[in-house]
Order: sequence, then C-alpha cells, then structure tokens
Amino acid sequence: MHEHTLAELSRLLNTGKISSTELTRLYLERAERLNPQLNGYINTTPERALAQAKAADLTILHKNHGPLTGIPIAHKDIFCVDGTRTSCGSKMLDNFIAPYNATVVEKLDAAGMVTLGKTNMDEFAMGSSTETSYYGPTTNPWDTSRVPGGSSGGSASVVAARLAPAATGTDTGGSIRQPAALCGITGLKPTYGLVSRYGMIAFASSLDQGGPMSRTAEDAAMLMNAMVGFDPRDSTSLARPKLDYTAHLSDSLAGVKVGIPKQYFTDDLDTDTANKVQEAIKQFEQAGASLHPVDLPNTHLSIPAYYVIAPAEASSNLSRFDGVRFGYRCQNPVDLLDLYTRSRAEGFGREVKRRIMIGTYVLSAGYFDAYYLKAQKIRRLIRDDFQNALKQVDVIMGPTTPKPAFKLNELIDDPVSMYLSDIFTVSVNLAGLPAISIPAGFSGQLPIGLQIIGDYFSEAKLLNIAHQYQLHTDWHKQTPGGFA
Amino acid sequence: MSLQQSDIRTIAKLARLAVKEDELAQYQQALGSILGLVEQMQAVQTDTVAPLAHPLDIHARLRPDVVTETDQRAKFQQIAPETENGFYLVPRVIE
Repeated sequence: MHEHTLAELSRLLNTGKISSTELTRLYLERAERLNPQLNGYINTTPERALAQAKAADLTILHKNHGPLTGIPIAHKDIFCVDGTRTSCGSKMLDNFIAPYNATVVEKLDAAGMVTLGKTNMDEFAMGSSTETSYYGPTTNPWDTSRVPGGSSGGSASVVAARLAPAATGTDTGGSIRQPAALCGITGLKPTYGLVSRYGMIAFASSLDQGGPMSRTAEDAAMLMNAMVGFDPRDSTSLARPKLDYTAHLSDSLAGVKVGIPKQYFTDDLDTDTANKVQEAIKQFEQAGASLHPVDLPNTHLSIPAYYVIAPAEASSNLSRFDGVRFGYRCQNPVDLLDLYTRSRAEGFGREVKRRIMIGTYVLSAGYFDAYYLKAQKIRRLIRDDFQNALKQVDVIMGPTTPKPAFKLNELIDDPVSMYLSDIFTVSVNLAGLPAISIPAGFSGQLPIGLQIIGDYFSEAKLLNIAHQYQLHTDWHKQTPGGFA
Repeated sequence: MSLQQSDIRTIAKLARLAVKEDELAQYQQALGSILGLVEQMQAVQTDTVAPLAHPLDIHARLRPDVVTETDQRAKFQQIAPETENGFYLVPRVIE
C-alpha cells in the first residue's frame, strides 16, 4: 500500500478499497517503526492525524470529497500547525506551540489531507544537509551514512522511504530541489509568490517559496492544485487565474525546445551525474524535444550574490527572536540587553549565528554598497541571463546538484564547500523562477536529480515534461532497500 | 577583506548576539571565508546595472483601513516566556 502514488491512493479511497483511517494508521505505523533509522520526522501527530482521517472518511462516505481527501502528508517543521510544536529545527522554537495555521496547511487541510507529522530540517532552513537541526541530523534512506540534502531533508527522506506519500517543503536556495535530488524523489519550487508564505517561518523573504515534494510529477501537480492561490495575508502573494496543474500532463513533448547551459556542465561536475543527466536529456530529444545551447554567463556569481542577499534578509527576519514574546529565553537575565543577546546566543545554532553575523555585516553602515547593493545588481544580471535564455527555449535542463549525496559530517565544518553544493539551484531563487528536480538515475545506489527550469508561471509545462519522462522511466519508482 | 576580532565584536553587538572571547577566532575564520567567497562579485563591472530587490514586479498592496484581526492576546501569551496582567515581562529598563 505504501508504494502507491497520490493519484493511485486517490482512486483507492474513492472506490472504498481502503479508508483514510486505515491508510493513516499504516503510515503512522511505518513512521514509528522506521523513523529511528532516519530521523526524518521530528515528531508525528497521531491524534490530529486520526481525527482528520475520521473526518475524511465521513466526507468520502457523503461523496463530498476531492482528489486529495483522506491522503496523508507530512509538513516541514517550518509551517505553523495550530496547537502543534513548530520548531523550525531550532532550540529557539523548541517550546513554540504555533497559535495558528500556515496558509499552506490550511489549504491542504481544507482539501481533506491528513497531517502525519512534522519533518526535520536544517535550523531555520539554513543548510544543505539537514545536519544543523537542533533535533539531530536526518539520514538518507539510500545510504544512512549519508545526508538527505537540505534544508527540507526530513521531507525528502520520509517520502523516499515511504513514511509519507508526500510532503511539503520550502526552497530559498534549493531546499526543495536539492534534497529531492539526493533522495530520489520529485520536488517542485514554484514561481515566487504563487504559494503563500503566511505561517511559513521566514528565512529570506524575497527568495522563500513553499512547494510540493512527492514521488511523481503527477502527484506534485495534484498538490499544486491545492497549495497555490492568492493570500491577502502574504504581502507578496500573486493573484493569478486558477489553473489545473494536472490538465497538461499528457501533452506531447514534440516541438519543446530544451536549453542546455554550458555553465552547468563543467569539469567540477561528478562524472556519473554528468552522464546520467546527459542520458536523460537525450531521452527528451527522442521524445520529440529539440536541444539548444544557451548561455548563463553569470552562473558563477549566483552563490556569492545569494550569500549576501539571503543572510541580509535573514538577519532582519530573525531579529524577531528576542526572548520576549515567544521562543527561548535565557535564565536569569541581568538586564534587557543581556536577555536579548544571551537568549539569541543560546537559542540559535552555529550556522544560523554565522548567517546573522554576515547579514548584519553586509547591511551595516559603510559596507552596504559594496556588498548588499552589489549583490542586488548581480541579482539583476542573473535574472536577465535567464530571461534572455528563455526567449530562445521553453525550458532549461541540467543537473540539480554537482554530485550525489555526501557523507554525514563531510562538509559540516566547511561552510563554503557546503554552500557550493547549491551552485545549480540558487540562481533560480534569485530570479524567482520555477524549477523541478526529478530522479534521473543512480550513481551506485545514490540517486541523481535532473533539474528543469522554466519561465515564470510555467509550472504546468514543467510538470508535463517531468510526467512524460516518468511515463518512460522507472527511477522514481525505486524504493531504498530496507524500506520496501 | 579580512575581519579583525574587534570587527567580530562590533558585528555581534549590532546583531544582538552574545559572543564569548573564545568564540571570536572561530567567527573570524568562518566569516572571513564566507566574505572571501562573496568577494568574487567585486570583479564584475555593475556601474550601469540597477539593483534588483525583488524578482517580480511586486509593489506594496494597500487595503482598506479596517480591523481584520481579532483579540487573541490570551492565546498568544500562553507561549510567552513571562507575562503578568496581559503584559510581557522583561528585566527593568527604567529605575
């Protein structure tokens, strides 16, 4: 049963082959039994899940249900769930019981989905390995001595190990796509502004975007139908006509123009990754797509610009954690300044503090122009590169990551090397574009991801292209040994 | 651009982060290597490029000036470190 996609589960629930309560119990049981190997869930929420499942079963009985009614999902612990601890992977919020629901949670609840629990993540989404979590690292189900990627590594790990049929994630510099690639699942980062940021704990507000993590592109399309929508409570939410993201999944790929940037296939790229991604791209050509070289000359500047802009925004966003209204407070503060500085020093982990410090520095008097303003100018160059390329082609393809999953502790003490593992993903966030990562093969037993980047609001096209590939491949159907 | 330990103290003060003396060297090393990475930007000529704060053409949305939130003080204060009579308590600021 745990091998089914959302589309299949939807049919089984609809025809009464299984109830939501049975399905929910099955996933909760798997999570209880197998999560200790992975630490993908920070915690499950069985009471809430079973209450939602019971309600879903009634809705199905009364034929008031939709395609997602009764299907379980796990939420990244960055999304507020009313009455549930929402930690963002930080000691700072270890005692934080969210007093309201994130819009994404509200929408998926309204679609009848069942929340299984909260998934592990890098602290405040700052990381590419899920090792910076206060709750310990998550492991990769394909090789538990390796990282699942990050920051949405818990979500990727539980979906890959079939401890949840799907999960939510957030992507500021690759945090949906990179773990999806490293764990062999499908992850979509939508156009900035499509999915509400309300109740999604802020990291870098001009980059943060929530999205689906699932087995297949078809499942991601079903989730997008429920997640996307204008939200007056998010000041950068976009009002767009409602789309059915499943409507174009079956479109032919004949005539699709695929751009291949030479900057994504350099000598630094792992050989297996390069070969598998090239093979995948050839398959698109056989399916009727045409390949075209495109130029993204400022790709190498995306990491430097990102590591100014994201920490700058983070230092501002995280100033709210001051030990006064919620979250961690230090013991026996002697005065107000001591309360602020010690609560923050004790409540935040190392990587978060590093980024707050960098962000504070690049925004400080005398350095603003040289760093922050400069990074914003480079941000425009990067966006313009994409716009020029996307005038010539429909989508851009390349690897999601430079190499497959690395070992636990391999990069944790070397922040710059860790940052460089996001080389192919961060530019997409700087430009605000949508992109999807799909499984495209293995290096040994480790999954490799293909990234497909599209123009603004081209999610339906990306999902169509990904779905057509998945109809002819079975990489996304592989289950890690020990979790079958 | 290399940072001195005095710079680390200044940044920590601005960031409202308590940094212990024995952590200064670690921060100096880590922040120095991050700034080294970021330094690549300076090689690019950007005099005629306008800064881009936001990927899409988004401007501040206005709404009617009416109350939209309900009073949830009791609920919100349940998760506060210390409150009294509806107020958040902090160490005394004014004697």
